[in-house]
Amino acid sequence: MSMTDVDTVQADTATEPRRAKKSDLSTARRLAAPAVIFLILLTQVPFLVTIGFSLVRWNLLYPNDRGFSGFDNYSSALSSGDLGPSIVATVVITASSVVLSVIFGMIFALLLDRAFPGRAIARTLMITPFLIMPAAAALIWKYSMFDTNIGMLNWLSRSLGLPIVSWGTNHPLATVIIVLTWQFTPFMMLILLAGLQGQDKGILEAAQVDGAGTWRTFTWITLPHMRMYIEIGVLLGSVIIIQVFDPIAILTKGTGGTKTLAYLLYERAFIGLDIGQAAAYGVVTVVLTLIVATIALRTLFKVFMAGGSR
Amino acid sequence: MSTKTKGTLLTVFTWFLVLVFFFPVFWMFLNGFKKESVASSVDPSFFFEPVTEGFRSAFDRGMQGYLMNSLTAATTATVIAVLLAIPAAYALSIRRVKNVEGALTFFISTRFMPLAAIVLPLFMILKELDLLDNIYMLSLVYAAMNLPVTVWMMRSFFLEVPFEIVEAARVDGAGLYREIVRIVLPLVLPGIAAAALISFIFAWNEYFLSLNLTSSAARTTPPFLGSFVDGRGQFLAVLSAAATIAALPVIIAGWVAQKQLVRGLSMGAIK
Repeated sequence: MSMTDVDTVQADTATEPRRAKKSDLSTARRLAAPAVIFLILLTQVPFLVTIGFSLVRWNLLYPNDRGFSGFDNYSSALSSGDLGPSIVATVVITASSVVLSVIFGMIFALLLDRAFPGRAIARTLMITPFLIMPAAAALIWKYSMFDTNIGMLNWLSRSLGLPIVSWGTNHPLATVIIVLTWQFTPFMMLILLAGLQGQDKGILEAAQVDGAGTWRTFTWITLPHMRMYIEIGVLLGSVIIIQVFDPIAILTKGTGGTKTLAYLLYERAFIGLDIGQAAAYGVVTVVLTLIVATIALRTLFKVFMAGGSR
Repeated sequence: MSTKTKGTLLTVFTWFLVLVFFFPVFWMFLNGFKKESVASSVDPSFFFEPVTEGFRSAFDRGMQGYLMNSLTAATTATVIAVLLAIPAAYALSIRRVKNVEGALTFFISTRFMPLAAIVLPLFMILKELDLLDNIYMLSLVYAAMNLPVTVWMMRSFFLEVPFEIVEAARVDGAGLYREIVRIVLPLVLPGIAAAALISFIFAWNEYFLSLNLTSSAARTTPPFLGSFVDGRGQFLAVLSAAATIAALPVIIAGWVAQKQLVRGLSMGAIK
């Protein structure tokens, strides 16, 4: 959908008779209140408490040595050399998994947009990796795909006469990215497929008639049309993957440059029992997410306020 | 090359890629029916005598208890999220709250709040109240986790209700309750079902919170599966069987609801 389309739709919805009266407003507030209060209690309040925790010296191993410590947890996070690599790991894992799954998602979306025998079944099979429990997916990959002895990847290598790869030991970062890409490709494919199917077929035919080849039609007409869908996919995918924990806990336990912020926090809090330090990592995670989410929100609103795209 | 041959080649290519992509799931399913020694052999066997040994040993490890907990947590969380989301989504669509964008931003920013940012206080509070390892507490947290998506998704369905219908009901003097329950709800039932399904899927698959807020009595399936990591000896068959059982409910639910899936994943942005 181009910007001009958005504007037209917006104009349409504005003329709808949905003007709010004063009594309507108070009713609406009353209706939304339970959900809002519930969320404030279970998410906003705990977050404020996390900020509080991050400003105190508090290790459950030394319960008597507890007190306000200002930004000590943040500065020690920086000086201990854990925070930097963890931010890098989070960004690298998120960015590569998102980019790869958008590319694969686009390839599959283009292939499945075309009518062919068994398309519905192919589509059903394709969405399965996203539905499968992430913990199960990580385990299956770890033991039946990446394993040096019984993994299928190395069976393939052996069959083709290629050298054996110790995926888990030598390429931990790659294993995490591969599993995440595998899980999120269907997510991207579904979003992009919806975009492709919303294309104006008339314009595509006209381009064909005018002699624009497949590639030119794709880069000049399809891609610009798909921009908004790619944006939605990238942003939603980033916000989800930035908090990734499951594949790291199962595949690598944070080794080899895969210690994301969520995993670092888990290690520090639930293994190291250092509540103050862990809380500081929690706050950093939020800041990082906020940066991504702000951009995400802006894009989402562009779509939503247009009443959704079809 | 004729257009027809090209088409056939493209179809073959598509199917090849799809099957390669799906292979790990297929392999998991297959391994679940192998004997432990067959599953762990260096040369993979595609043809073998199927046994249910793996499934039986998964249940011997007490899997049914974890599955029950997962079912309780996902169902309770979904019911709470749906009950809270219906009036909220209604307020944000048919009866417009003045600052719709503000309210919507609030819901969505909560969705984007990393679980890592809230898990510590939840852990400490539940610990103080002696409510750690309680399945209903975990359900409450899951409900909060899913509520924003549920509200956004339902709102996109509510927006499709023709306003004339609501207005006609109001002219006829229908009260608020009647307006929602008798007039609007029947029209958006498919949307509510879809939102409930998405909520169920997220709660069923959740690992991080369950790992940290439960230990044994309320432990759900994902951390149970995760505990296989520390296993010794051959365990690929039992692991594959357990993973198959754990993944199956959501896979089937997702297959059934695949038309609504994209809407849920994009929080209602894409239909």
